[in-house]
Amino acid sequence: MIAEQLAGRRVAITGATGFVGTALVERLLRGAPDCSLVLIVRDGRRTSAARRTEREILANDAFDRLRSELANTEEDFEAMCRRRITTISGDVGRDGLGLDESGRNELRTVDTIIHSAATVSFDSPLDQAVEINLLGPSRIAATCAELGITPHLVAVSTCYVAGNRRGTAPEELVSEGPFDIGLDWRREVESARRLRGDAEADSRRPERLSEFRKRARSELGAAGAPALAAKTEQIRERWVRDQLVTAGRSRAASVGWPDAYAFTKALGEQALVESRGDVPVSIVRPSIIESAWAEPRPGWIRGFRMAEPVIISYARGLLREFPGVPEGTIDVIPVDLVVAAIVAVAAQGPEAPFITQVASGGVNPLRYRTLVDHVSSWFTANPLYDNHGQPIVVPEWRFPGRGRVQTQLSRAKAVVTRTEALLQALPLRGNRAEFSATLETRRMEIERALEYVELYGLYTECEAIYQVDNLLTLWDQLDPHDREHFCFDPRVVDWAHYVNDIHLPSIIEHARVKSTPGRTRTTDRSERLRRQVLDPRRQVAAFDLENTLIASNVVESYSWLATRRLDPRERLRYTVRTLAETPGLLRMDRRDRTDFLRHFYRRYADAPIDQIEVDVDAMLTGLILRKSFPEGLRRVREHRAAGHRTVLITGALEFNVAGLRPLFDEIVAAKMSIRPDGTLSGEMETVPPTGEARAQILAEYCDSEGLSLSECVAYADSSSDLPLFEAVGFPVAVNPETRLATIARKRGWLVENWGTARGFGKPLLPIGPVLSEGERRRSFR
Amino acid sequence: MPRPGFVLEVDRSTPPMLFWHGERFSLERLPADRSRVIYPPEPLEGLRDVEGAISHALENPIDMDPLRALLRPGMVLTICFDDVSLSLPKMRRPDSRQRVIEAVLDLAAEAGVDDVHIIAALGLHRRMHDHELRHVLGDRIVDAFGPIGALYQHDAEDHENLTVVGTTDHGEVLEINRRVAESDLVVYANVNQVAMDGGWKSLVTGVASYRCLSHHHNPESLRNTRSLMDRHHSALHHSIWRLGAVLRDQGPPVFQVETTINTDAFPSPFDFLSKREWEWTARDRATYLATSASLNRLPRRAARKIMHSIEAPYAMTGINAGFTESVHERTLADVYRQHLVEVEGQTDILTMGIPFISPYNPDSIMNPILVMCMGLGYMFNMYRNKPLVREGGVVIMTHPTYRDFNPVHHPSYIDFFDEVLTDTTDPVVMSEKWEKKYAEDEWYRHLYRTGNAYHGVHPFYAWYWGAHGQQWAGRVIIVGGDPSTVRRLGFTPASTMADAFELASDVVGRSPTISHLHVPSVLVADVT
Repeated sequence: MIAEQLAGRRVAITGATGFVGTALVERLLRGAPDCSLVLIVRDGRRTSAARRTEREILANDAFDRLRSELANTEEDFEAMCRRRITTISGDVGRDGLGLDESGRNELRTVDTIIHSAATVSFDSPLDQAVEINLLGPSRIAATCAELGITPHLVAVSTCYVAGNRRGTAPEELVSEGPFDIGLDWRREVESARRLRGDAEADSRRPERLSEFRKRARSELGAAGAPALAAKTEQIRERWVRDQLVTAGRSRAASVGWPDAYAFTKALGEQALVESRGDVPVSIVRPSIIESAWAEPRPGWIRGFRMAEPVIISYARGLLREFPGVPEGTIDVIPVDLVVAAIVAVAAQGPEAPFITQVASGGVNPLRYRTLVDHVSSWFTANPLYDNHGQPIVVPEWRFPGRGRVQTQLSRAKAVVTRTEALLQALPLRGNRAEFSATLETRRMEIERALEYVELYGLYTECEAIYQVDNLLTLWDQLDPHDREHFCFDPRVVDWAHYVNDIHLPSIIEHARVKSTPGRTRTTDRSERLRRQVLDPRRQVAAFDLENTLIASNVVESYSWLATRRLDPRERLRYTVRTLAETPGLLRMDRRDRTDFLRHFYRRYADAPIDQIEVDVDAMLTGLILRKSFPEGLRRVREHRAAGHRTVLITGALEFNVAGLRPLFDEIVAAKMSIRPDGTLSGEMETVPPTGEARAQILAEYCDSEGLSLSECVAYADSSSDLPLFEAVGFPVAVNPETRLATIARKRGWLVENWGTARGFGKPLLPIGPVLSEGERRRSFR
Repeated sequence: MPRPGFVLEVDRSTPPMLFWHGERFSLERLPADRSRVIYPPEPLEGLRDVEGAISHALENPIDMDPLRALLRPGMVLTICFDDVSLSLPKMRRPDSRQRVIEAVLDLAAEAGVDDVHIIAALGLHRRMHDHELRHVLGDRIVDAFGPIGALYQHDAEDHENLTVVGTTDHGEVLEINRRVAESDLVVYANVNQVAMDGGWKSLVTGVASYRCLSHHHNPESLRNTRSLMDRHHSALHHSIWRLGAVLRDQGPPVFQVETTINTDAFPSPFDFLSKREWEWTARDRATYLATSASLNRLPRRAARKIMHSIEAPYAMTGINAGFTESVHERTLADVYRQHLVEVEGQTDILTMGIPFISPYNPDSIMNPILVMCMGLGYMFNMYRNKPLVREGGVVIMTHPTYRDFNPVHHPSYIDFFDEVLTDTTDPVVMSEKWEKKYAEDEWYRHLYRTGNAYHGVHPFYAWYWGAHGQQWAGRVIIVGGDPSTVRRLGFTPASTMADAFELASDVVGRSPTISHLHVPSVLVADVT
C-alpha cells in the first residue's frame, strides 16, 4: 500500500510551485495522510518562500477538493497544512541549494527528495537551462553528500532526453544507449557559462550599444534621458538573452536534441548518475504533461502549457498551418498519471526501477491526425468569437512540412514589419495611430506562430516511441486499492473523451478567450478605465496642453500674436518666412524639445507685456477655443467636479495659457522674464517643463501638497511624456501618436481620441484677425 | 400694394414647394387634395422718411413726455439695445438701432447730458464681437463710447453690478443691471422682428440675471406659452409683464423705442425665396437651380459662410416710442399687420423647412439643439389661437441636422448634447437634474463673461423653447438629418419627404391632412 509505505516518511519536494509539483503536493497530502512534506521553494523577489507556498501552491484550485473534504473534520485544511508542511527557502540553481542553517537541518530529516524543479520553457537561455536543468539534480545529490545523508532521490526528467530519433526509446540512460556521442556535461556547463560572459561583453561593444540606443529611441521617441537609458538597458538584456536562447537551440540541435530543455535534461541525468555518490536515485521521465485525467478533478491544469497556446492560436484562426506528421504520435500524458507514478516510485524507495518512463505512445498512442481532428471538430461545435462577436471558423490543417510553414510565416512577418515601419514614420495620431497598433498585434501574433512552429514543430514530428516496461511492471505490483487511488496506467485514457470533454473545455476556461457571441467589451473596458480615472479617490489630474487639450502648438500661438498687429503686406511676409522655417523648427523640436522652446521663445524678445496681455485675452476665443478639444475641456471639469486637483503642465508660455486659468488649480508653464521697461526679455526664467521634468514637477507638487502620485491621473499625447505616464497611477493617452498608441495598448492604458468641434473650420494658418482699426477702414461706409 | 398672406390648397398642378434645408434648399412635392401651403403676406412698404419718423416718435411719444423734456444736464442716462439675435438675417447698414440711438444721443447732447452709457441687452446670449457691435451701432457710436468704457455689454454674472429692484406678487425677483436700475432714464432701442420681441421683454430679459430669468425661462412656463407669438396667451410673457410692472413701479423711467421691419429678408440673388412657386419666372427657376446646385457642391462651411454673409434689405414699417406697455400694443399691431395669415382649422401634419439661422447662431453654426429650438420653439409657435397641427399630430422638418458645433459660441451646447441629451430629452427632468450644474459651471461663466460664449445654461433655454411643441406633437420627423443625431434629439430621422409621410402614417393614418409653413419670411397663422 502506497499510503502505508509513505507513512511516517518525510518527503522533500523541489519545484512545488510548478505544474507537476503542485499536483504532487496535493496528491501526497490527500493520498498519503501520514507523510510530512518539506517544500524547497525559492524566495520571490518580494515574497518569502513560506508566503509563496501559501499563495502560489496552497491557494491553487487543485486543493479545493481536499479543502472541502476536510471542511467538517476535526482538523481543517489549514491546520493540516501547518502540521504537515514545512517550507524552506532554497534554490536548485545555486550550489548547496542556497540553504541556510535551519534549511540544512530540515533537509537532514528527510527520507525522500522529489526533484521536480526545472525551467520547462523550451526557449530558456542556455546558461539558465544549464544551471537549473543540468546542474540541479547533481547539486541536490552533492548537498546530500555534504550533509551526510542518503535519502531516496526521485528526479523528474523527460522522455525527450532520448533526442531526435525514430523507433523505440527504452528506459535507460542516453549515455548507455546506442546513440550516445560521448558528450562531457562538465564541458557543456563551462562553455554555457562562458557564452553568457561573451554575450554580455559583446552586448557592451560601442556599436551594439549605439544600435540599442537607436532602437530605444525609435520605440520611445523623445522620452527623456532616464527613460531612454532604462529602455536601452532593457533592450541590451533582451539581446543577451536572445543570443543565449539561440545558442541553446543550436547547441541542442547540433547534438541531436529538439531543444535546450531536452538537451540539458539529458545531460542532467548523466551528471546526476556520475555525481550521486551514495544517494539512491530514481528517474521518472514523463512525456508531454497535460491536464488531469481524474485527479484532483478532471481537467485540472496549472499555467499555460505547451499544447495550449498552439491550440488557442489555432482556435482563434491565427495558426493557419502547423507542421507535423499526421500518422505520428503525440505523446501526451495527463498530469495525475505522472504524479501517481512519481508517488509510486517514491513509495517503493531505493528498490524502485532506476528509470521509469511515463508515456502513452507505446501502449495507448494518440495519433497527431486524431488529435487535430478532435480539436477541429470541437472548435467547429464550440467556436471562439472575434471582437465583433462573430464565430471564428477554424482553418483546416494540411500537415505541410515545417519549412513551408516557416517560409509562409516569415514572409507574412516581413510584409507586416515593413508596413509597420512605414506607419511609424508617418505623423499619425488618434484612431489612425491605433491602426498601427493593431498591425503590431498582428505582427506579434505572426511572430508567436513562428515561434511555436520552430519550437514545437519538432515535437509533432517526433516519431520516437517511449517504452514503459518499468512503469507497467510497477503497475502490476500495485494492489487494487492503490490502482484506484494512484492510477498511472496510460492505457486507461480514452483519448476522445480526454480531448473533447476534459482537456479542451479546461483550457478554454483557462485561456480567457471569448467563447460567447456578442460584441466585445473593449468599450466596456474603456468605460471601466474612465470610471476609475474619475473616481473620487483620485487626487490629481495632470494635463498636457498641446494635442491633449488643444490642437495647437507654441508656434501657432506665437504666430497668432505676432500677426495680430501687422498690416496685410507684413502679414504675408511673416507667413512666407515662417513657412520656410517650418522644417528646420520641426527638426529641432524632434531633437530636443527644451532647446527648441528656448530657441523659439527668443522671438518674443522686446514685445511689450501689456500689449501681449491684451492680445492673449482675444487669443482665447480667437485661437485656443477654436482649436480646443471640447471633450478634453469637459474632462478637466469632470475631474474638478469629482474633487480632484487639476494641474496643467505645459511648455507653452505662462501668459499664453492665462485664458485657461479657471480650469486649473495649478498651471506649470514656461516663464519668461520681463525687463524693467515692460518688455519681454526672450529669456526663460526656468527650464520649460518638458519630458522627464514633468514627472519631476508633478512629483514635487504632490509631495508639497501631501498627495499621492499613485492617485494621479495624467493626460498627454506623446511618447516624450512616458516618464510622466510611468510616474502616475492612471495614465491616459490622448490622441496618441503611433509609438504611444502601441505602448498604451500594450500596457492597457486608457486611450482617448478627442477632436476639435466638428464643422467648425480650423484656420489654415494661425494668423490673428485684423484689428478693429483695419476692420473699420475695410467696411466703413 | 403688397398682397396679403393666403392659404393655397395643393392640387395636382401645384409645383413642388420650396423647403429650407439648413444652408441649402430642396423642392418637395406635397400630396394633392389634402395639403395646404400657408404663404406669408408680401413685405409691407417701408416708411419713406425714416429719420423724420424717428424724430417724430421721439417728439410725440405715447403716454409719456417727449424725450427732449425728459433729458436734463447732470442726469444719468442709459441706452439699451437689442443684441445680435435680432434681426435675422442681419439688417443692411445702417441698422435701425443705430438710427434710433444716434437720434437719442443727439437729443442728449443738446440737453447737455454727459453721463450716458450704452449697454447691449444680451441677457444670457453671447457677447457681441467688435465687428457686430459696429454693424449694429455704427462706427461713430462705437468709437466715441467704446474707448471711454461707456459702451459695453450686459454681464448677467457680474454680481457686483446687479441689483434687485423688487419682487412680484408671484414671488419673482426682478434682478437687473445696476446701472440700468440706478439711471434717471433708460431708453431702449429695439427691433421688433416678431411678436415675441419687445415690450417689457426687452429690458426684463435683456439686462437681467440668471436668477431673474429662471422665473420664466423654465419648462413649466414654456409649456404654458400658447404661443410665443401671442403674448396675451403666454405664461412666459405674463411673468415678464409682472416683472415689468415691478420695473415700472419701482425702477427708473423707461422710454421704449420700438421699431418694426418688413419681411424683405433676402437681397436680389435670393429673390426666388420670397416668391410663390407657381409665379417663378424662367429666371427665378434658373437662379434657383444655379444657387441650389452650387450650394450643394460647396463644403458645408463655405455654404454656411455665404448664407451668413447675407444682409437683408429690410425696410422699417413703423416706429413707436414712449411708455413701454402702450408702445408695445401699437408695435404688436404693426407686427401682426405684416405677419398674420388667417387659417381655418388644424391639420394632422405640419411641415416646415428649417433654415441655416436661428436667433442663437448669428454668424455661427446651427447645431442640433438649435434645430430643435428653431423648429419646435420658433416655427411651431408661429400661431395664434391654436397650433397649425392638431394635438398628437406630426411635425416634419427638413434640415441636415449635422453634429456640428461652434466651440467659441456654444461650448456648453457641446456638453449638453453629449451629456444631457444622452440622459434625457424631457425638459422637466433636465431642468431638475442638470440645469444647475451648467448654470453654475465656472468655465462656462468665464467664457460667457470674457469670451463670446452663450451662458452655460443657454442650451437648456433653447431646449425649453421647444417644450410646448415637443409636448404637443405626437411625433417629430427630420428629413435628411444625420440619423444618430436626430435620434438623440428624440426625433425620428427620415431620408426623404415620402419616407417621412410613410413614418407619419403610424401616427396619423394613411391620408392625413397637411399644412406647410412656407418660409422664408415670417408669418403668424391665425388659426380659427
